[in-house]
Amino acid sequence: MLFYSYFKTLVGKEVTVELKNDLAISGTLHSVDQYLNIKLHNTRVINEQKYPHMLSVRNCFIRGSVVRYVQLPPGSVDVEILHDATRREARGGG
Amino acid sequence: MADSALAGLIDTTISVITADGRNIVGVLRGYDQATNLILDECHERVFSTKNGVEQLALGLYVIRGDNIAVVGEIDDELDAQIDFSQVRAAPLKAVTH
Repeated sequence: MLFYSYFKTLVGKEVTVELKNDLAISGTLHSVDQYLNIKLHNTRVINEQKYPHMLSVRNCFIRGSVVRYVQLPPGSVDVEILHDATRREARGGG
Repeated sequence: MADSALAGLIDTTISVITADGRNIVGVLRGYDQATNLILDECHERVFSTKNGVEQLALGLYVIRGDNIAVVGEIDDELDAQIDFSQVRAAPLKAVTH
């Protein structure tokens, strides 16, 4: 549940989600759920010339299982806090 | 939650990109926690580099969640502005896990 909690802190930020079919979609993170399904608002596909498949889509839901990377805005991750939280969870502290 | 993420899309037109790279457009009638979808009045948009986008009528579909990559909310105004007969693009790749 650690990364679920972490992604919840990013709601409202601008992110780019790279999918396992090489499509990359950027937009404002609207919500995330326990499966790390992601909902983006005001989406833009990177390289619209090559990928015009979502030209009329402005909001989308991305299934967590097809996400390869999530590119985050600089400074949105406090590595120290994430380190501590990771260790706490590994100890079973939650 | 997954429920609230798709709840707002019930009875609206959505575009589903499947794991095998197909693009299916239809009206969302139902879904569950595994992202299985019920799509009414579907058509598939077939992209090709040689011809414009071809639309194939499909009818009522149930799409298994495993096979779903993206569910996009279609903006009807934007959609109406696009001349799909002029859109040329290679089909999307399949999802590789």
